[in-house]
Amino acid sequence: MFGRIHALVIKEFITILRDTKTRIVLISPPIIQLFIFAFAATLDVENVTIGVYNQDYGQQSSELIKRFEGSKTFSKVKFFNSYQQIQENIDNQKVIMVIHIDDTFSKNLLSHKKAKVQFILDGRKSNSAQIVLGYANKIIEQYNNYLSKELRFSPVNTVVVPRNWFNPNLIYKWFTVPGLVAILTLVITVVITSLSIARERELGTFEQLLVAPIRPVEILIGKTIPAIVLGMFEGTLILCAAIFIFKVPFTGSLLALYFSMFLFVLSIVGIGLFLSAICKTQQQALLSVFVFMSPAVIMSGFATPIENMPYIFQIATIINPLRFFIVIVRGIFLKNLPIIEILKNTYPIALIAAFNLISATWFFRKRIE
Amino acid sequence: MINKINRIKALVRKEFFQIIRDPSSILIAGIFPLILLVIYGYGISLDMNNLKIGLIVEDTSDEAISLKRSFLNSRFFHIYESNDERQLVEDLIAFKLHGIVKIPFYFSYYLQRPDLRGPVFVASDGSSPNTANFVQNYSLGAWQNFLVQQAVSNGSSPIPNVEAVPRFWYNEELNSRYFLVPGSIAIIMTLIGTLLTALVVAREWERGTIESIMTTPITIKEFLIAKMISYFFLGLGSMVFSTALAILLFGLPFRGSFFVLLIVSSVFLVVALGTGLLISTLSKNQFIASQISIVSGFLPAFMLSGFIFEISSMPVLIRTLTAIIPAKYMVSALQTLFLVGTVKRLVIVNISVMLVLALVLFTIIFFKSRKRLD
Repeated sequence: MFGRIHALVIKEFITILRDTKTRIVLISPPIIQLFIFAFAATLDVENVTIGVYNQDYGQQSSELIKRFEGSKTFSKVKFFNSYQQIQENIDNQKVIMVIHIDDTFSKNLLSHKKAKVQFILDGRKSNSAQIVLGYANKIIEQYNNYLSKELRFSPVNTVVVPRNWFNPNLIYKWFTVPGLVAILTLVITVVITSLSIARERELGTFEQLLVAPIRPVEILIGKTIPAIVLGMFEGTLILCAAIFIFKVPFTGSLLALYFSMFLFVLSIVGIGLFLSAICKTQQQALLSVFVFMSPAVIMSGFATPIENMPYIFQIATIINPLRFFIVIVRGIFLKNLPIIEILKNTYPIALIAAFNLISATWFFRKRIE
Repeated sequence: MINKINRIKALVRKEFFQIIRDPSSILIAGIFPLILLVIYGYGISLDMNNLKIGLIVEDTSDEAISLKRSFLNSRFFHIYESNDERQLVEDLIAFKLHGIVKIPFYFSYYLQRPDLRGPVFVASDGSSPNTANFVQNYSLGAWQNFLVQQAVSNGSSPIPNVEAVPRFWYNEELNSRYFLVPGSIAIIMTLIGTLLTALVVAREWERGTIESIMTTPITIKEFLIAKMISYFFLGLGSMVFSTALAILLFGLPFRGSFFVLLIVSSVFLVVALGTGLLISTLSKNQFIASQISIVSGFLPAFMLSGFIFEISSMPVLIRTLTAIIPAKYMVSALQTLFLVGTVKRLVIVNISVMLVLALVLFTIIFFKSRKRLD
C-alpha cells in the first residue's frame, strides 16, 4: 500500500513541478501578492489633498489653516474662493475634504463664543472620509488647547495617556502581513488540490488511474500529500518573508504555529478535494475555487472585523477555518498568544478538517462508483 | 465580408451554447455576483461602533464617576467594568477586548494639584491598527464630553471654542454599503471579462479544439472577435443584474444616467476582455492563465482601484502603477454615477483613459495573435 501511494505521490510532484511555467506560477504570484497586499492594503490615510474655503479675514482662521498645512496627512491644501468651487472639486474627486470657515469665525472667538468650522467630506469614500475627519478633529482639539492657554480660559487639568500595545506605532503591515501568511497558504493549497483530479478528468488520464491496481482512498492520499507539502512550503516562504523582509516581530511559538498550520492545510485540502470531485473540468474547478475563496477571505476578519458583521454572518463564519487560523497567526506573531488560546482556535480547525476530509472521501467514492 | 459576418455569427452561436451548457459560466456570471453583493451589501461594515472596552475605575471621587459615566454613555463602546486588571489584560491578548481604559486612584488628587494633570490611561490592541485608532479617537471624544460636563457644572464657559461641524456629502448616513456595492460591481465585471475569458480561450488551446477551428476558413481575428462579443454580452448582462440588485435589494440611490452607465460599462468591459484575451494568447494553459488573470486582473481590481484602500496612502511606486489599472476608473465612475450623478468631466476623463488602455491592449493582441499551432 505504501509503495503504491509513494509512487503516486512522486507522479503528482512530477506533474505539478515538471513545467517551468507552472513552477514559476507556483512561486511568483504569491510573492507578488504578498508585496502588493502588504504595501497597498492599508486603511491609513495619508497624502490626501484637501480644500479650504475661508471667508474669514481674522488672524485666528489663518492660524488654524496653517496647522492643517503643517500636518503630514494632508499633502496639499487648495484654496477656493466660492462655494461652487467646493462642489466642483469634491464631485471630481480632486479633494476628499473641504474646510469651510465663514466670516464670523474670528469675531466669535474673540468674543468667547463658539466658532464653527464646517468640514465637507466626500461620502463616496465614507471610510477614508471618516479617518480624515478623525485627523481633522485632532488638529482642532490641539488648536483648542492652544487657545485655552492663549486666551486665558481655565486650563484643562486632565490628560489622556494613549498606548497601543503589541504595535506601539500602529504599523499597518504588522496587521496585514501575518494575515497574508494564512491567506496565501490557503490559495496555493486549494488551487493545487482542486485542479489535480479535474485535470486528470479533463485529459482523460483519470480512467487510467482507476484501472490501475490502486484503491480510491489511495488515490486521494496520493493527491493529498503533495498539496500538503506544497501548501506548507508556500506558508513557510511567506512566513520567512514576513519575519526577515517585513520585520514583523515574531513573539510566539513556532512549533504551535506549524501545528495549527498543518491542521489548517488539511482542512483546506478537504475543501479542494471536494471541489475537485464535483467539477468535470479545470475551468469549473478554478472558478469554483474562486467562488469559495472570495467569501472565505472577506468573512475571515482579514480586512474587516468580524464583530462588525450582522449576527447571522458572524455565526456563518464558524465554518470558515481561515477565521480561526488568522487569529492564531496574528496572535502568535504579535501577542505571544498563550497555548490555551491557541488550542481554543485550533480545535475548530481540526473538526472542520476531519469533517471535510471524511465527506470528500465519501463523495469521491460515490462519484467513482 | 458577408461570409465573415456569417462566420462570426456562427461562432457566437457556438459560444452561446457553450455558456449556457457550462455550469461554471452561470456560476461566475450569476451566482458569484449574488454572493459578493450580499456579503458586501449586508455583511461587511467598516464602521466601528461596538468596541469592547474594559474599564477600571480605581478612584471614587465625583470627577472620576462623571468621567466613567461619559465612557458608559459613548454609543461606540460596549463597556465591561472590572477591578481585575490581570483578567482584562488576558482578555485583550485573547482578542476578547479592543482596549482597556483605566482611571487611576490618584486621578482626583492630581486634578487638584496645579502642577499635575489627572491621567486617564487608554491601552488599545495595536495588533489591529485601524480598530486601535478608533479606540483612541472615541476615548478622546468621551473624555472631551467629560470636560464639557465639568465646565458646565463649574459654571465656566465651555472649553471647545472651535466646534467642528462635519457634513458628508452624497452619503449623509455614512453607509459603507453605498461605496462597497458599486465597487463590487466593478470586480464582478473584471472577473467575467478577464478571468472567464482567459480561461475559455486557453481551454481551446489546451484541449486542442482550436485545431479544428483552424482547419476552417475562420481567421484567428474572427475567432477572437466572436469570443469578445459573447463574453461582452455576458458581462453586460451580469452588470445589469448586479445594478438591479443594488437598487432594488440594497436600496442604493442611482443619481446618474443609465445611458452613461451603459457606455462606461461597455468601455470597461472592452478593456477587461482585452486583458483576458491577451493573457490567454500568451499562456495557452488554463492553470497559468487563471493565475495571471488573478494577479493582473482580480487583485488589482480589488486592492489597487481605490475600492476599499485609499490610493493616495500607497507608496509612490504602487500609486504610479494604479494609473494603468482600468478598475480604478471604473470604480470611480460607478461610485459617482450611483451617489453623485453624472459628473461630466469625471466621466469623460475616466472613459478616455479606459479607451487609451483598450487601444494599447488590442494593438498588442493584434501583433501577437497568429494562426499557428506552436
